[in-house]
Amino acid sequence: MSAVGLAAETWTRRHLLDVDQLSRSELEATLDLAAALRERRRAGDLGEAMRRLAGHTLGLAFYEASTRTRVSFELAARELGATVVDLSVAGSSAAKGESLVDTMRTLERTGVRTVVLRHPAAGAPYLVARTTGLRVLNAGDGAHAHPTQALLDALTLRDALGGTLRGRSIAIVGDVAHSRVARSNLHTLTRLGARVVLGGPPAWVAAFQHWPGVNVAASLHDALRGADAVMTLRVQLERAAGGGIGSLREYTRRWGLDEERMSWARARAPLLHPGPTNEGIELTAELAASERSLIGRQVSNGVAVRMAVLSLLAD
Amino acid sequence: MSGRQIMGADDLRRALVRIAHEIVEGNGGTDGLVMVGVHSRGVPLAERLAVMIREHEGVDVPVGSLDITYYRDDLTKIAHAPIVKRSEAMPDVTDKTVVLVDDVLFTGRTVRAALDAITDHGRPTAVRLAVVVDRGHRELPIRPDHVGKNLPTSLDENVQVRLSETDGVDEVLIARSPAR
Amino acid sequence: MVGHTTARFGALTDAPATFLLAGVRVVDPANGSDAVRDLAIVDGRIAESRDLPDDIRRLDGQGLVVAPGFCDLHTHLREPGMEGAETVASGARAAAHGGFTAVCAMPNTDPALDEVARVAWVTTLGRDASARVRVTAAATQGRAGEALADFGDLAAGGAVAFSDDGAALPTARIARSALEAIGPLGLPLIEHPEDPTLASGTLMRAGPVATRLGLAGWPPSAELLVVQRDIALAEETGGRLHLTHLSTAAALDAVRRAKDRGVRVTCDVTPHHLSMSDAWVAGDRTFNWDEPGPTESEPFGEALDPLRAYDGTCRVNPPLPCREDALALIRGVADGTVDAIATDHAPHPPERTLVEFAEAAPGMIGLETALSLGLAAVEAGCLSLAGLLAAMSTRPAALIGEERSLRPGAEADLVVFDPADRWRVERDWLASLSTNTPLMGMTIPGVVRLTLANGRVTFDEGMGLLV
Repeated sequence: MSAVGLAAETWTRRHLLDVDQLSRSELEATLDLAAALRERRRAGDLGEAMRRLAGHTLGLAFYEASTRTRVSFELAARELGATVVDLSVAGSSAAKGESLVDTMRTLERTGVRTVVLRHPAAGAPYLVARTTGLRVLNAGDGAHAHPTQALLDALTLRDALGGTLRGRSIAIVGDVAHSRVARSNLHTLTRLGARVVLGGPPAWVAAFQHWPGVNVAASLHDALRGADAVMTLRVQLERAAGGGIGSLREYTRRWGLDEERMSWARARAPLLHPGPTNEGIELTAELAASERSLIGRQVSNGVAVRMAVLSLLAD
Repeated sequence: MSGRQIMGADDLRRALVRIAHEIVEGNGGTDGLVMVGVHSRGVPLAERLAVMIREHEGVDVPVGSLDITYYRDDLTKIAHAPIVKRSEAMPDVTDKTVVLVDDVLFTGRTVRAALDAITDHGRPTAVRLAVVVDRGHRELPIRPDHVGKNLPTSLDENVQVRLSETDGVDEVLIARSPAR
Repeated sequence: MVGHTTARFGALTDAPATFLLAGVRVVDPANGSDAVRDLAIVDGRIAESRDLPDDIRRLDGQGLVVAPGFCDLHTHLREPGMEGAETVASGARAAAHGGFTAVCAMPNTDPALDEVARVAWVTTLGRDASARVRVTAAATQGRAGEALADFGDLAAGGAVAFSDDGAALPTARIARSALEAIGPLGLPLIEHPEDPTLASGTLMRAGPVATRLGLAGWPPSAELLVVQRDIALAEETGGRLHLTHLSTAAALDAVRRAKDRGVRVTCDVTPHHLSMSDAWVAGDRTFNWDEPGPTESEPFGEALDPLRAYDGTCRVNPPLPCREDALALIRGVADGTVDAIATDHAPHPPERTLVEFAEAAPGMIGLETALSLGLAAVEAGCLSLAGLLAAMSTRPAALIGEERSLRPGAEADLVVFDPADRWRVERDWLASLSTNTPLMGMTIPGVVRLTLANGRVTFDEGMGLLV
């Protein structure tokens, strides 16, 4: 069955828990669909897509604060015709100590059919998928996965690097160990044929050396050299103290990105960041605002990617 | 007071059966045992324990009671100096093993006042302490000999033991205290 | 497969049993014998074939195995304080169902078993239970790790060992004092070897699976450091040390070397650490002696199975080991470095395990599945049947001063099981009040048909002795 009249086959799966579920051809097809939806949105004409989720109630269950991702999902769902319910966790029974499973079961009983779940515990969406009849879309679970972020990063990179990631070298710098964005990106990038080089303090990157297609560099210079694109991650400030590095200053000195350091990568190599940025720590304000930075495009690709995923999930 | 139930009727009964057993076991029998309940809920608790001991050992252990109230020097201060109002129906305690019974052990000040009252009354061989809940935050070096449940709490929480004799139901509740 | 509706439980206070089990395979690790013969019990004692009453009840033992009753050094009966998950009565029934005739109840109850009167209470509860309930008392008052418990009084009150299980003794000084004080009593200090500073915040064994799942990884040094510390202290004081639920090859090697030096150290491993690996957290359900499961083979490649990944029942302390270490532990059982298999039976109610992995209470039930997991290892050829049975019966029993004998005249303390039959782990087949095990829904080998403790039938599955 084609989704939104754009000649894309819907999936047989009802959940998107992580990008590891998608084969290379499914990844490419999803990105293609997202690009097509993006064009339709720009042209102001969504056509059939507007009714894809008509009559469908979708719940946003964000157990971690987020504006960017939540708004992005809400826009995506509404543009497809869904009724959106925001389960604002603070003040709900969830905050009063009701278990995740109980809250989700209650949500299901009120007629919600899909839940977009962001939760601080890795594995939470899997728990909801097996204990309820809801379709589950993972919007970020602990340090494990953030599938739609990885998809929009892949779309952004694919566009910036001439339409394919095959054979490309992508550097990811920062706290990979605690980053769900990084993990999901490792799946998509390697599956799409790219090589990944990681840079950062050992406690944050060393464990990934066994990941096929991934290398760990000893210095920022080694990580950036030959990179077609660079992604840096937000240093979680609460994690810095006693969490594998000495001080934030040292992190910035050894692994922080600025325009001069970016010149170690391939000429005009673009920069990505999942946001929100800590300017002055993992990257400078100038770099974030420079022409290399695709941060703005990542955000605008987010809605299209989420529309694509919502369209492709089986009923 | 509403709140979260920590122990139901069954849990409470089970804890009291165990405590009754521990009291007899710890004393090597029922000889010389005297139960003293601290008003208000310690009294029915002491009576229940005595009934359980009678059912198991066939012996009637004397039960007494102490009434402790708090001295407040002004309404905005938390009570800090409990005083004994009047000792009612205190059996003989000299050369006896007194088991002091109360519902919740908190700072220990009530127990301290009760200890003073008991020793004013006579010269017991030993005084033991049995409580349903130990909620921590001791201000004095007092440790219960028999405890139903250890319940770590924060200072803004309130623990209530409810008994059918006084409240119509058997349960232990914990709740946030209303702001002063 | 025999239907579960025929399962019956008996108590230690019942009348002693009398029957003849014909043509059964009797495996006795005490004297190394393994032969098919008739086994007769008269008034609860093993009897010579020639001294039997003519009308003795005859049962068909063909295809069944008789072994000495199992002894579990590490069980959580949850009473007092957590009776929703298990009680002495239900835990003893689970024990009998699993072929155990004795269990050692761990003291991390609420309140802790750190007083003579409380130890006496649990012993009293066990008097008419379906298995002998021995008590391991706390090593420190309130298990707070500060003041030593009254070891002498507790020993006189029946404690068979001392432990602050759930945690290691917090300082070398306290551990040394405990070993020094307990030593002369002839009882062991049972240590849960885990360094809290290294273990803190971790959720599963460090390794490729943990990296893939985004769960903080537990380093093997967390176990090794406490093992090394306590071995040194035991060596210095001459105290008796027992290390429980070892999960790393490194710790096992340290124990092996210490034993060679003559240190009084013993150790146990759990059935789940032998059979399951860290890949189970990702959703694999293959045993360590079978072909590796999908995540085991390709930790970074395979999509995670939503039905099984991050299952809270796979969370355990110490965490499930990597396959390599598990196989080393199995070799340790086979070569005798591991003194006993102990279940660490840890019941939890569903609201504590049907939750996010990081919130799940660690531990799984194990009394009723221990034999089956062991038999699966025997079937795979990595353990001998005699070796398995010794590790579950005679050897742990010896550590707490109990004997296990199948000689004529001995009180019947034994288990009869069918190694060829299989059973599916489900709610109706479990005597435990709790069901927290990742084995739920799986079919495993070995069905216990009869358990006798103190000469009484405590469990009967379709043999007709208990009706």
